[in-house]
Amino acid sequence: MTGIITIVVLVLAVITALQLMRVFELSSKARKQVEYEVTDRDNNYQGWLMLLFGIALIVSLFWMLYAWLPVTLPKPSSEHGVEIDSLFKISMWVIIAMFLLVQPVLFYFAWRYRGSKDRKAGYYEHNNRLEFIWTIVPAIILAVLIIYGMTTWSNVMSPNNEKEPIVVEVYAQQFKWTIRYAGEDNKLGYANVRLIKDANVVGVDTLDLLSADDKITSEIHLPVGRPVLFRFRSQDVIHSAYMPHFRAQMNCVPGMTTQFQFTPSVTTADIRQDANVQAKVARINALRTEKGLESYAYDYLLLCNKVCGSAHYNMQMNIVVESEEEYAKWLAEQKTIAETL
Amino acid sequence: MADHAHAHDSAHAEGHDHDEHPVDNFWTKYIFSTDHKMIAKQFLITGMFMGLIGVFMSMLFRLQLAWPGESFPILETFLGKWAPDGVLDPNMYLALVTIHGTIMVFFVLTAGLSGTFSNLLIPLQIGARDMASGFLNMISYWLFAASSVVMLTSLFVETGPASGGWTVYPPLSALPQAMPGSGAGMTLWLVSMTLFVGGSLIGSLNYIVTVINLRTKGMTMTRLPLTIWAFLVTAILGVLSFPVLLSAALLLIFDRSMGTSFYLSDIMVAGELLSNQGGSPILYEHLFWFLGHPEVYIILLPALGITSEVIATNSRKPIFGYRAMIGSILAIAFLSFIVWGHHMFITGMNPFLGSVFTFTTLLIAIPSAVKAFNYITTLWKGNIQYTPAMLFSIALVSTFVAGGLTGIILGDSALDINVHDTYFVVAHFHIVMGLSAIFGMFAGVYHWFPKMYGRMMNKTMGYLHFWISFVTAYGVFFPMHFTGLAGLPRRYYSSAEFPIFDELHDINVIITFFAIGGGIAQLIFIFNFFYSMWRGPKAPQNPWRSNTLEWTAPVEHMHGNWPGAIPEVQRWPYDYSKPGYEEDFVPQDVPIKEGEHAH
Repeated sequence: MTGIITIVVLVLAVITALQLMRVFELSSKARKQVEYEVTDRDNNYQGWLMLLFGIALIVSLFWMLYAWLPVTLPKPSSEHGVEIDSLFKISMWVIIAMFLLVQPVLFYFAWRYRGSKDRKAGYYEHNNRLEFIWTIVPAIILAVLIIYGMTTWSNVMSPNNEKEPIVVEVYAQQFKWTIRYAGEDNKLGYANVRLIKDANVVGVDTLDLLSADDKITSEIHLPVGRPVLFRFRSQDVIHSAYMPHFRAQMNCVPGMTTQFQFTPSVTTADIRQDANVQAKVARINALRTEKGLESYAYDYLLLCNKVCGSAHYNMQMNIVVESEEEYAKWLAEQKTIAETL
Repeated sequence: MADHAHAHDSAHAEGHDHDEHPVDNFWTKYIFSTDHKMIAKQFLITGMFMGLIGVFMSMLFRLQLAWPGESFPILETFLGKWAPDGVLDPNMYLALVTIHGTIMVFFVLTAGLSGTFSNLLIPLQIGARDMASGFLNMISYWLFAASSVVMLTSLFVETGPASGGWTVYPPLSALPQAMPGSGAGMTLWLVSMTLFVGGSLIGSLNYIVTVINLRTKGMTMTRLPLTIWAFLVTAILGVLSFPVLLSAALLLIFDRSMGTSFYLSDIMVAGELLSNQGGSPILYEHLFWFLGHPEVYIILLPALGITSEVIATNSRKPIFGYRAMIGSILAIAFLSFIVWGHHMFITGMNPFLGSVFTFTTLLIAIPSAVKAFNYITTLWKGNIQYTPAMLFSIALVSTFVAGGLTGIILGDSALDINVHDTYFVVAHFHIVMGLSAIFGMFAGVYHWFPKMYGRMMNKTMGYLHFWISFVTAYGVFFPMHFTGLAGLPRRYYSSAEFPIFDELHDINVIITFFAIGGGIAQLIFIFNFFYSMWRGPKAPQNPWRSNTLEWTAPVEHMHGNWPGAIPEVQRWPYDYSKPGYEEDFVPQDVPIKEGEHAH
């Protein structure tokens, strides 16, 4: 029934539009006006709308920054994350400055030079000096951003290792994560999907001596202040280990092992004390209570960030950053491969 | 009839005898035409049709994104078993975003944009009778039409259409066991794209050959309108990059159907251990993005070329910095081949490579900035005539600046770590493609509608369509920057599984409302387009008082474009408001006066 009514409404709407067009045509004929010609009145009207839009655009940018910056990620919880966020802030200042410079000029010109029959435009073909200036100035700004960016990237990708990093494998599959700690020897035993059998869910080679002390867990715990080297594998399709609080992301690619290293710098307990985070949690819990959902305490997350199939949207695991002692205690409770396989 | 596409020098073009053309019947005029003007319209109508489907799909999945898990009867009406009880199935969600992306990028913004305007304008603006090969031109359209049919057919297979995102990375897209959409739907996707690439290559070859060989007397390269420069360079980009996509697709077909391991190694999927060894999905990513990046410039350059033309004509001023504009088109084209790795920063590729691609990617901002500044300076001291086309062109400049600036964040590898595959990326590419490029396409349609159909579109509807589109456009995509910076990944069926994303709900609702409003507003354009085609006021010869050669051809289409000799070109196309002339425009075939300074 709704379908029929919808179709009837649509057909009537089209007929109405057609009739309105007839009225418009006839009235234009009566006024002896060429309908399609753009008049000075049109130019004036549209010019003013352009100016208004330009103002609204700038105002709405500020409004959005004010209303929505709070929902963006809190301060970084990793050491390199601080450097990345600095680069990000500076880059954002640069691009917002460019936006605020260029857009108003565009919309101002669109208004100021709205056409009229009693004016003639100026005839300016080119100005090589201007071209030079607006080539060189962006080039210099970009050169600075490039150098800064490449340095930061190099620091992130090749961290200097004063402390030996803990090695942790993140194993991705449709649709969950499995974690394998390298254990006492801090070396992961060889593993391959061909060795997956029954309880050996990530395909560890149990004959490899290095694998005996590896520990398979269902949660990630990290000691604060110690570098961790994540090694990523995938069982089936490309996934991506996205740990946004730590400014870390790396694809998990079947057939190869990828890696990413960072040093967590803020414990879970501490981030929950951060004022910004507390405000977030308050907002979130207000929404959740409205819907009758259980309340939430802020957690670090590992989520999948490369489309991997139907449940791509719900491939998540908590990451807990805690003190060295708490971490050691938790790890001691996890069973080794030797014990389980 | 195809014989008439030989290189005719204007010198012996006077009284070119078109009695040799047999009289068209319905089939040779409308369906199997070799006339570039008709083929342009075929590309346009097909592109518009596909665009409507793409927009409609986005409205469907935006319902799910704003209200995850809620029941919408309209979903079940259109998707049947894929929206049981009105709730979108997660596999169909991925299928919708995949086909939406594929349709918009390739069928609307590549074929619909280049195919329409290159075909319409190249012969008319360079002063040629038709394309170098009308027959190949017809083939290129029909390959496109065939690929469209195949792509639409894939929507109806039992296991659903391709669903790995428009980028269809293997192993997900290679293994039907990994997701249903990777079955028959993916096969049809690959068939469709193979046909599409074939048609695109043939078309591009035609454009290049025509521009180089068939320019009329006096039309030197530096007297070409910027539209032609843009279409020529776009065609060269296409010829060099689309074959690489074809190779990526062929290797994927082999992996799917012939047991090869180009992209596959060490895989256990759905409980089954596969025998493939030695391949790498990263190979696919390199091959795909080697096309994928130039592709976005294949989309953007024609829109920028159109904007140059529309802004100059409607400001009644020369485009500012004509040679700088040519230089920046060439620079963008060259650089576009060496930046593809910025789509792959976190694939695990060698970090040194990441640095190289950051460097080249940020460089491409320079010629882009030059273009934006030149457009704005063209407006300065202009006498702006606000046709709907002009409105869209100015909107293109605004969105090009907005979207281009966020490219500076994404192109920086260290910053990309946290925003890759989040809504920040979605915001960026929609603003530059879904806004800038589409606005360029609208500007082109409004501006050259009189040339295509000999009638004028309705101005008031044009204004209404523009303003609603412009406002809703920014309303949809600006907020996405913030959800991206909150860490919300793209291609997520629902954000409701993560409490930290709960506070993004309101933003998602706002986005959806703007999307629905903007989508419905496109109906104004559709109505205007088709109504004006039948009942619009008859167009004068040169309604926009423009200098370029297409406006010297008669309003009523004829094979061979000009009844007598092809006009000879005496000057560049941008003599608007030139001192020494009473009219504020001087068409290209008007001779230089004695003592006049020629550009």
